Amino acid sequence: MSTSAKMETRNMSFYYGESKALENISIAFQACRVTSLIGPSGCGKSTFLRTLNRMNDIIAGTRVEGEVLLDGRSIYDADVDVVDIRRRVGMVFQKPNPFPKTIFNDVAYGLRIRGLRNRTELYDRVEASLKAAAIWDEVKDRLNESALGLSGGQQQRVCIARALAVEPEVLLMDEPASALDPIATQKIEELIRALRDRYTIIIVTHNMQQAARISDETAFLYMGKLVEVGKTDMIFTKPSCRRTEDYITGRFG
Amino acid sequence: MERRKKRKLIEAGAFLIVRSAALVIVLSLAVVVGFILFHGASAVNWTFLTQPPREAMTAGGIFPAILGTLYLTAGAILVAFPAGVASAVYLSEYAREGRLVRIVRLAINNLAGVPSVVFGLFGLALFVVFFKFGSSILSGSLTLGLLILPVIIGASEEALKAVPRTYREASLALGATRWQMIHRVVLPAAFPGILTATILGIGRAAGETAPIMFTAAAFYTARLPTSIFDEVMALPYHIYVLATAGTHIEQTRPLQYATALVLIALVLAVNLVAILLRARMRRRRMS
Amino acid sequence: MNASTTKETAIKTGFLVVALASIVILAMIVVFLFREGLPIFRKVSVRDFLLGRYWYPTADPPDFGIFPLIVGSVVVTLLSCVIAVPLGVLSAVYVSEIAGSRMKEILKPAIELLASLPSVVIGFFGMVVVAPTLQEWFDIPTGLNVLNASIMLALMAIPTISSISEDALHGVRRELREASLALGATRWETISRVMIPAALSGLSTAVILGMSRAIGETMVVLMVAGGAAAIPESIFDACRPMPASIAAEMAEAPFRGDHYHALFATGVVLFMMTLAFNLVADMIAAKYKQVGTATL
Ligand SMILES: Nc1ncnc2c1ncn2[C@@H]1O[C@H](COP(=O)(O)OP(=O)(O)OP(=O)(O)O)[C@@H](O)[C@H]1O
Ligand SMILES: [Mg+2]
Repeated sequence: MSTSAKMETRNMSFYYGESKALENISIAFQACRVTSLIGPSGCGKSTFLRTLNRMNDIIAGTRVEGEVLLDGRSIYDADVDVVDIRRRVGMVFQKPNPFPKTIFNDVAYGLRIRGLRNRTELYDRVEASLKAAAIWDEVKDRLNESALGLSGGQQQRVCIARALAVEPEVLLMDEPASALDPIATQKIEELIRALRDRYTIIIVTHNMQQAARISDETAFLYMGKLVEVGKTDMIFTKPSCRRTEDYITGRFG
Repeated sequence: MERRKKRKLIEAGAFLIVRSAALVIVLSLAVVVGFILFHGASAVNWTFLTQPPREAMTAGGIFPAILGTLYLTAGAILVAFPAGVASAVYLSEYAREGRLVRIVRLAINNLAGVPSVVFGLFGLALFVVFFKFGSSILSGSLTLGLLILPVIIGASEEALKAVPRTYREASLALGATRWQMIHRVVLPAAFPGILTATILGIGRAAGETAPIMFTAAAFYTARLPTSIFDEVMALPYHIYVLATAGTHIEQTRPLQYATALVLIALVLAVNLVAILLRARMRRRRMS
Repeated sequence: MNASTTKETAIKTGFLVVALASIVILAMIVVFLFREGLPIFRKVSVRDFLLGRYWYPTADPPDFGIFPLIVGSVVVTLLSCVIAVPLGVLSAVYVSEIAGSRMKEILKPAIELLASLPSVVIGFFGMVVVAPTLQEWFDIPTGLNVLNASIMLALMAIPTISSISEDALHGVRRELREASLALGATRWETISRVMIPAALSGLSTAVILGMSRAIGETMVVLMVAGGAAAIPESIFDACRPMPASIAAEMAEAPFRGDHYHALFATGVVLFMMTLAFNLVADMIAAKYKQVGTATL
């Protein structure tokens, strides 16, 4: 079972300098599933997510122990190209962060750095990505304007399009809707459901209903430890740990 | 695969260039300072520092120039410190961002960009000629003071801005007036930063040549100045004079190096103190 | 109660008056430069002054054409920028994007110390070290020339360019860097395609202020540019930039004579040029502040 996982961590611990932020986390993410990570603020959700595309590498003094596997291969091995890992494991951030470029150039960025020059091919891929991110209709007439003129929700979908354009296999999302209003949030949720068929999605959220609505699996983190992981409806209806239940029902100390 | 290798290679090449740029800068500093240290060190001694020049400035020391630079710098600080700190206090504590403040800032920025030789001309026209102070410590100090005014305003304002808002709010909440808050709480808290600003101003004033050429500096004075209306010798001008004028340029090279060494030792020491002071402040703010 | 408000108002007004001093000083600089400079235009037309090819202020009859001086200033400034802009910007890139914290602790003070070196010392270094070296390398009659002045000026402009550029890069939102890296860009791709474009207006401010610094710098050009008031034809020719001319001749110019006024008028030209540079830099900075990172 665990060998067929798209992405997996084994006894993974993580340190910011001396302080341990994640402890002994073993979890597997199946292909074409949506997994929600939930847990109280500061429990290590973002930290965990960022170990999966080695984003923490850019923070000085951090250290990973244990294994993180993508298709069964460790992504922290010495001969692995971190640039390639980040292409295969895409990321969408909490706050929309479009580049100060035109929408077209923003989405085309990842393709261009990979050497794609052909204008029509670029255009096709950008269009496909924007369609996949359900934002095409809203921006198709303003591809040459800055993405910063869009609303927050639109910006976030452009950022998702940008991440999709480089054809990642896994998509990490760190509270992608927390800075958005309910309608924009609903659009992002619909989008995530639509993307499920093609991508392995791991999403951090503080919103229990959201986790229940969009995810197949849910993992509960508490103080850097993985408390419980399982089918979303199981976690929300019959959690096996008292802590999880307290957290989900809002009875948290 | 091919493409990935190429990207790696480009990155390695680019980083090499970027690193070399940084290296070139550090090296230039080291080479300039090193050369002057190497050639000047042997000529610097107690006599050199405490005696006046002799034999048409081909022998002896540079005491009058050191003294002159000290006078001019002290004078400049006396002018620029109160005005600079007061301006900074207004900008950071009283002013509302608006038209007037924008113009004041614009003036400060432009003042900072005025070439030093233009300050020299201005000092000549205003202090030497118009106010009839003549070429004197007074004229030179005033000119240098105006030159370093923007430096002191800028750095002091930064120091004031770094004082946490909570200090101000706590003070006002206790019923202090704005002025009480400023001089009891804000200024003391900003003091190390303002001190740093002043030190930077000292370093700048001590090293400037062009502004004092027409306003204060003398080629050679037989006696030490006795009033602020006297001309003085000054270290930077002395270097210039020894290196470019006169008939013994080659013969006095060691003296030139030695004078340059004394000047950069003074300026670098002053700046180093400022840098260390600031680093310490930053560290304390962190903890 | 009322007395204390009066006192507060008085104090505030006092500070305001001092703050206004900067405006007054700048205005006085303009007034006094013009006052001493304008009389020359009773002798030569503005056009002949600016475009005249000959600067023989002590000949009889004298020639007051500062065109060669303007060209001298422009040439050494541009050439120094060719050297200082890449070095300044790249070193800023290194400090803000690549260097470890240890390296930073060495580099930043080094750049500051370079900035604090008195210009007369840099000029002296150019005279006694760089000039003989150039002379030997290129087998030229004198090492005091455009090239030498440009190198020395670059040394003075680099710290300005570097530190303002670093601020500009530092001001780019951190999230942009992460977004780029997360898309599988290399660090260099992130720097060159995201960070530098996002900081572009700040970087241009840096370059303009660096140029302004170079064009107004006096001692360096006075000591190493060679002094010939002719239009240089190669980088190995001597030249006489405006500040050099003012500094070298003011002491000998008869008080309120034509030469004296002509030097002040040269000062006016120099002042106008740096003022223009600074206003442009200020405009860019102001626009940048309003739009935030939303440029390009
Ligand atoms: N750059 C860092 N350096 C040091 N410690 C950090 C750093 N980033 C996070 N931490 C610490 O690691 C722990 C986990 O942080 P993390 O951001 O992963 O939490 P989170 O679960 O995402 O919280 P939130 O729900 O508020 O986003 C926290 O205690 C935090 O203080
Ligand atoms: Mg988080």
